[in-house]
Amino acid sequence: MAKAELPLHAPGTQLDKGYIGQSVPRPNAQRLLQGRGAFTDDLRFPRLAHAAFFRSPYAHAKIKKLDFKQALRSPGVITVVDGRAVAEYCKPWVAVLAHLKGIKSPEQFALAIGRACWQGEPVAAVVAESRTQAEDAVALIEAEWEELPVVVDMEESLRGKKIIHEEFEDNICFKRELDTGGVDEAFAQADVVVEETFHFGRHTGVCLEGRAILADYNAAEHSLTVYHATQAPHMMQDIFSRHLGIPEANVRVIAKDVGGAFGIKVHVYPDEMATAALSVMLRRPVKFVADRLESFLSDIHAREHRAKVRIACTKEGQILAFDLDDLTAIGPYSVYPRTSGIEGNQVVNLTGGPYKHQKYRAKMNVVFTNKNVTCQYRAVGHPIAVALTEGIVDLAAQRLGMDPADFRKLNLIADDAYPYTFPSGIKFEQLSHHKALDLLLKVMDYRKLREEQKQLRQKGIYRGIGLAAMIEVTNPSPAFYGVGGARISAQDGATLRLEPTGMVTVLCSVTEQGQGTEAIFAQIAASAVGVSLEKVKVITGDTGVTPYGGGTWASRGAGIGGEAVLLAGRALRANILEVASQVLKMEKAELDILNNEVVNKLTLESKMPLAELGRIAYFRPDTLPVDYQSELTVTRHYTPRQYGFTFTNGIQASYVEVDADTGFVKLLKHWCVEDSGTVINPMLVDEQIRGGIVQGIGAALYEECLYGPDGQLLNGNMADYLVPMSGEMPDIVCAHVETPTRQSQLGAKGVGEAGTAGAPGAVMNAVNDALAPLGARVTAMPFTPERILKALGKV
Amino acid sequence: MDHAVEATLTVNGREVRRRIEPRMHLVDFLREELGLTGSHIGCEHGVCGACTVRVNGQIVRGCLMLAVQADGCTVETIEGLSDSKELSSLQKAFHERNALQCGFCTPGMLMAAQDLVLQKQKVSREQIRAHISGNYCRCTGYQAIVDAIDEVINGKG
Repeated sequence: MAKAELPLHAPGTQLDKGYIGQSVPRPNAQRLLQGRGAFTDDLRFPRLAHAAFFRSPYAHAKIKKLDFKQALRSPGVITVVDGRAVAEYCKPWVAVLAHLKGIKSPEQFALAIGRACWQGEPVAAVVAESRTQAEDAVALIEAEWEELPVVVDMEESLRGKKIIHEEFEDNICFKRELDTGGVDEAFAQADVVVEETFHFGRHTGVCLEGRAILADYNAAEHSLTVYHATQAPHMMQDIFSRHLGIPEANVRVIAKDVGGAFGIKVHVYPDEMATAALSVMLRRPVKFVADRLESFLSDIHAREHRAKVRIACTKEGQILAFDLDDLTAIGPYSVYPRTSGIEGNQVVNLTGGPYKHQKYRAKMNVVFTNKNVTCQYRAVGHPIAVALTEGIVDLAAQRLGMDPADFRKLNLIADDAYPYTFPSGIKFEQLSHHKALDLLLKVMDYRKLREEQKQLRQKGIYRGIGLAAMIEVTNPSPAFYGVGGARISAQDGATLRLEPTGMVTVLCSVTEQGQGTEAIFAQIAASAVGVSLEKVKVITGDTGVTPYGGGTWASRGAGIGGEAVLLAGRALRANILEVASQVLKMEKAELDILNNEVVNKLTLESKMPLAELGRIAYFRPDTLPVDYQSELTVTRHYTPRQYGFTFTNGIQASYVEVDADTGFVKLLKHWCVEDSGTVINPMLVDEQIRGGIVQGIGAALYEECLYGPDGQLLNGNMADYLVPMSGEMPDIVCAHVETPTRQSQLGAKGVGEAGTAGAPGAVMNAVNDALAPLGARVTAMPFTPERILKALGKV
Repeated sequence: MDHAVEATLTVNGREVRRRIEPRMHLVDFLREELGLTGSHIGCEHGVCGACTVRVNGQIVRGCLMLAVQADGCTVETIEGLSDSKELSSLQKAFHERNALQCGFCTPGMLMAAQDLVLQKQKVSREQIRAHISGNYCRCTGYQAIVDAIDEVINGKG
């Protein structure tokens, strides 16, 4: 077993010795390596029917007539339904939350009724005996449309000349203003003011596995079992129950293997709700898997922002104030149940977040458009906030003639300043910006790299170094969704059971999409109970068997679910020792558990294997005192209470070379220093950071959902929408500062979104650093060769 | 209308004879007709590589080849190469280095990597990256995959 390079126990934690901090491989990866996983589309059921959807070809149009006659006669077709028919089985929804004051959105149905508001919105469904037959029949649906005015551009939407939803007087879904006061004064006193407008392209998650659902309604029991590629089984259980009118306890949601999620699979999708409704309607299992083309049209998109930012600085380089004006467009509906107001809200909360200034003003508008909906996707708002903050910070440093690293050193919040309240109101328990910056500069050999850059410039080779400091929301409390009325659990639970053979079964409400959730829970459980890792079996993703909980989102699995596992593990250990003391007639305090055996705490002499203890407790309890009942299954829950969010910090650096003739950017290397508290499995953490960084590089250089003026998605396939592939990606160096959170005993903070949060800003700064001697600058992501050549005045 | 034609394929060492609709692509045939669900469908237009299988010793995109085109061919999938242990070195290296997260790309990635292993030549990291550049992975960042293949081919630990 490979030992971690990091200390086994970070200072401040009180863990028993064990597997924490060790790079152990994931036990559940074996089946995936042999192609023997069970993704939703791999499941086979008797009488399984297949759904396919007829989607609006227009961005905005009245549905004048739908004619199903031909489709119904097509071979294998079981039924063809429109929005009204599905609405008989599935109640509509409105995605607003009380803590986002003033947010509004129209009622949304599983299948559009009367009007379609984006190209790709589902308006009719075919159910057939095979997917092929269902798709054949979709092609036979005849529709009459009346095209309506289309709003594509977000500035146009904000102006409100054309209103998308006639029940509203404008196109504004949500707006927020924040002002600490004193901003105008700070700008008036400033020696240097810099201003820039950044544009962020709309992009999407491109999970390799399309969204997938198999709903199996049992009419005799009035029960629904849903096999669902989801991050949040309990949230979906609640949604199916309330919208389909089935008692909560009769709905079971099972997430088996999930082929990538990244926030895409944590929302309510109209076609998935329709699939569940069709199963109820037809009283048989119905499956729907989004193919790649419909994934581009209907998976949530994210990140379409125009952000104007100004900062005020003294001539010594001290930042005095930030002033932000952000605009984002979310499509025609706020997405249920998390809403589409959160991303913009995060941009307001996080902009300027690493720095010491006290004056901050922000204005943010979230507007409707006739494009696909947007919602929370990996790192929600962070890539925008980090890039615009770090972009303007670099510009200020450049204007002042200061080195970007020195400028950050001067302005980052001091490591001894915590607890700290940032001007936007967010609270930091303990961050380590300076330690992280120092470590980054050391691991990348910053000064030497600057020297190399300088020398190469003389040879006409344009390389750039970009830094991006970041803060990141992890381990959210109910402040994220619950306080606004969303039925999304902020708590998670873990049940641990000692089996008769001495094995430990862990059932946890946090789900696995490949991050290694089950592996780290096994590490924590094994360490807490005192068993070896191979004795632990972890089960997640089934509302029928796990405790209740939120699932996987907002970098919460390790910090919240992991703490529940730790608490349950300690309780199980205590209960095991209770049984042992009865059997051995020894005081509990004299006993401990080590390597699958009950031992004498002082001498470590083996007293009894756990397998023997299990045998006695389950099969021969008659040998125990008559008034004694053993309890070898325990459940514990955890929710963070002291802080709204457990913020993490980190800093990334990108090293690129820009070809001034072609506009191509070559990624040479990337570094990330992250402080995610206690690191449970360094190998998993590092590869997750790397994956996140690559996703962020995609945003910076390649990915954008391009729409025409008529609201048609122009590049909705994998040949035209570019994603990062191995050939272009750099090697990525990860290093860690470990500042465990003191809110939990485990001390873990989240890490899953850090890479994606910081990479776009780092790459942007590197590209602009490379272009600086040529007098060019880019501010609209993705930085395509065309945009770079335009900035260079070459096209 | 039944346009099905009869075809005989050898799949993972076993001969199968089926009537196949001409429009059915190979990976659908493997998944839907033979229940070999280890080969995955990611894009169905030949970009992502999740459906990579081996036909007559060459790796192909299972979504770009029709099943009837494989008439008379030898087809090998992740299930077959796992059982024969041909992939065991790569699988071990992928496991130990966490060169997979969600695992959806992994069968296709392993088929592509094994194709490079079988060339029996030392290769650079850049050559490894180029060889798997037709296989999309959204989770890992590719580095651990490159490390794992590097270890198997070049014996680096």
